[in-house]
Amino acid sequence: MTPRHDVTTSLTVNGTTVTKTAGAHLSLLRWLRDAAGITDPKYGCGEGVCGSCTVLVDGEPVSSCIVLAVQVDGAAITTAAGLCEPDGSLGPLQRAFHERHAAQCGFCTPGMLMCATSMLAEADRAHRALERDEIREALHGNLCRCTGYGPIVDAIEAAQGARP
Amino acid sequence: MSEVRTSKLDELSVVHQPLARHDQAEKIAGTTRYAGDLACSGMLHACLVRSQAPSATITRRDADAARRVPGVVAVLFGEDVPNNEIRVDVPGQTVAVGALKATMQVLATDRVRFHGEPIALVIAETEDALATARELVEIELDELPVVSDPEQALADGAVEVHEGGNLLAEWRIDRGDVEAAFARADVVVEGEYRTQFVDHAYLEPEAGVGWLDDDGVLTLRVATQVVEHYRDVAKILGVADSKVRVIAPYVGGGFGGKEDMTVEPYIALGVWHTGRPVRMQWTRNESLLARAKRHRNVMRYRTAASADGTLIAHDIDIVSDAGAYAYLSALVLLYSTVHACGPYRVGDVRIRARTAYTNNAPTSAFRGFGGMQMVLGYESQIDELARRLDIDPGEIRKRNALARGDRLPVGQELITEVQLAQTIDAVRERAGDEPAPTGPRKRVGRAIASNMQSYGRLVWLNDSAAAWIGFQMDGSLSVRCGVPDIGGGQASSLGQIASEILAVDIDRISVHFGDSALTPLAGTTTATRQLLMSGNATYEAATMLRDRLLGAVADETGQPADSLRMTPEGVVGPDATTELVDVLQLCRRRNVPIEALGTHFGPKGHEVTRDLEGGRIFPDFTFGTHLVDVEVDVDTGEVRLLRYIAAHDVGRAINPLSVEGQISGAAVQGIGQVLLEEVAMHDGVNLTPGLFQYLIPTATDVPDIETVILESGEGLGPFGARGIGEPPIGPPLGAIPAAIADAIGVRPTTLPITPERVLSCIAEAAAAERRTGRQEGAEP
Repeated sequence: MTPRHDVTTSLTVNGTTVTKTAGAHLSLLRWLRDAAGITDPKYGCGEGVCGSCTVLVDGEPVSSCIVLAVQVDGAAITTAAGLCEPDGSLGPLQRAFHERHAAQCGFCTPGMLMCATSMLAEADRAHRALERDEIREALHGNLCRCTGYGPIVDAIEAAQGARP
Repeated sequence: MSEVRTSKLDELSVVHQPLARHDQAEKIAGTTRYAGDLACSGMLHACLVRSQAPSATITRRDADAARRVPGVVAVLFGEDVPNNEIRVDVPGQTVAVGALKATMQVLATDRVRFHGEPIALVIAETEDALATARELVEIELDELPVVSDPEQALADGAVEVHEGGNLLAEWRIDRGDVEAAFARADVVVEGEYRTQFVDHAYLEPEAGVGWLDDDGVLTLRVATQVVEHYRDVAKILGVADSKVRVIAPYVGGGFGGKEDMTVEPYIALGVWHTGRPVRMQWTRNESLLARAKRHRNVMRYRTAASADGTLIAHDIDIVSDAGAYAYLSALVLLYSTVHACGPYRVGDVRIRARTAYTNNAPTSAFRGFGGMQMVLGYESQIDELARRLDIDPGEIRKRNALARGDRLPVGQELITEVQLAQTIDAVRERAGDEPAPTGPRKRVGRAIASNMQSYGRLVWLNDSAAAWIGFQMDGSLSVRCGVPDIGGGQASSLGQIASEILAVDIDRISVHFGDSALTPLAGTTTATRQLLMSGNATYEAATMLRDRLLGAVADETGQPADSLRMTPEGVVGPDATTELVDVLQLCRRRNVPIEALGTHFGPKGHEVTRDLEGGRIFPDFTFGTHLVDVEVDVDTGEVRLLRYIAAHDVGRAINPLSVEGQISGAAVQGIGQVLLEEVAMHDGVNLTPGLFQYLIPTATDVPDIETVILESGEGLGPFGARGIGEPPIGPPLGAIPAAIADAIGVRPTTLPITPERVLSCIAEAAAAERRTGRQEGAEP
């Protein structure tokens, strides 16, 4: 039997500091879901292909299923819930997803939102707007089986256009 | 009342509006709790130990070491299952199919028949203990010969997967004199078409949590399309149906893959054995290995037509791969048989369809359910006829299009309007000019393909669905309906229908769904039936409730009931407007119920026999046409879709956003099947155990899907809606191969159309050109 080593890891998740002592072998995804009870990042494949578990680690998109929680100890983590306004209502990108029918079953959506957040931030830093093809390219690590992707691209395009 | 429903647009105010769905807001906020997201205090974890061989005798099972792992609560084998058998009804068959063959064990005890078949259930306090213990369960297998090809499985002397032979089911259609028709034909086209095993690949792997409720009811909250599996679970446990409850939370995609049971029996066994809450989550690997796939089909067509392009006969042979256990293979094959001729009138027809056991992964329900594979056959055939007769592909389809009153080869009469021609015109109008190639070594091609797909269950299954609607005293509304919502807006559309009839703002309506104990049973979210069935049940309940309220107001105020109508302001009549809260109060005073239960019964029909003839099989059909522009790289064989347009007559779009979502999502799933996807089985071993190997379309693999919604205003669903969940997955199987043929001159006939297959088509085209060139050169 594999010996189990527990470690204490502290992460700031959507602005709140969470400290848990859990197995050192836990992926960030399992740490969030099983140790911390934060379930909006989803398990879809466990090998970094589908993107359903995408979260932002200090602003960078990461497949949380293939990173250990201990590797990112002390980091700021953003999940889909962290995009909501303080009153719990949908944030601007989320509203665009809602209006454009960019979610159906919704299982890929939390990961999609984090990928979209990251690509829009990068475009902002470069002071340029993304073309549809670039949005598609940036989404290629996030799988969706319901929408056919068009509405997701629409939503990201709309969110980009809506910003000052 | 006729079963055909209609509606006029100017009479609708909520239905037909593109409303952003409330369930999506919750999903986008990240607050939706899917089946695997729930955790209970004291919860145990469970997983399966599966067969590593596709065909073997089990010679030893030993869990001693696994049980000694700290934290392991139990390891169960088949002997620990009260009734270790799942029965599958195989209808319409003769003695060729015995009861024995249509069963499978919950946990295999002495024989395994596919790679991934469950043998043991491990239950532990933690996921870590589970992972350790799973590796320590010792299973010894004595491998047996593997049957890996369905046609070989049906040959004389084939090794039997199950006792009694490998033929699981057979269907036949014989109409008219096929040989005479071929004898008088001006042109005959022959083709052989092959489709592959496909995985549903929804993003949410199978998962759920179960617990014993305070009242002793075993409750499962699982990702499922069918809460009625509580009955199957009850049989396995040997308890009364009323002692098992299944709750379906919002499901992370279904597509037919969560139609059969997946985690349910195992979570139930875990709870039953331990008395504690149990969670099971399949890995992606397990989902790809062990959950039933789409059937691969071999389809051989011989088609006869007259010189003007009129179809006169089809002679069709179908063999499908049922995999190791029956599941729904017999019914899927029935769909293949009935849909085999497509949306066209054809006089004389002979169809022979067989499905065979193999040691491949089981196959069962998948969006399009046997009907969609046939699109590759019938659309390729009609295109080839058009080419041989030099008739426009749109024209030949219109010339043969079915119309209301026509009888399908199986004998069923079409009772609603068919707008196939309009869908053809719609995609072509939208498309405009063909695009130019982007490089000198690129070829572009354009094609259309049409299809028909049933909506609603087989009529002899006596389908029904119920929905309950009740007012709260503040005028808000509760809808209860057992429909599982798998992402298509199944619940929210019911709110929209209730809102239309009862004039309650959609935001003040709550739809409670998917609970076998607390919501009226509505049947499965499969077969493109929920809008038809739950939608009609909701329509009927809402209408009944409206009439109750209007009747009470009429009695109270003396205004005639037929002069009253429900509006957002209350009940409006010629003399007075009564506010809704007052209406509800007066109903209470007058003992008028402020709730209603609607039960909708589907159309009836006789159970079929092997030789299909003479009657109605399905409630109705949805028709559509897709157009695609492809670009083929002649050096690499890469196929890129430049443009994709999809048009379907949906009768009436209850929520156009949801309709567009179904069309574009289904089209992309179909595109994936045509170009990318294959569950690769080699001698029964699954070679695609992860999403690295099993490739579904990414955002860069597909263009925007341009949707065209046509509304004949006529269908069997509420307000004249037709089902649209499954139909749009079919046409890519016709359109993409045809567009490739348009580009390079040779039609691919085997899916998926990989670059290698395209290159071999290009080589074939070049060889044909050389032959033609030599012949022309030889002429004086």
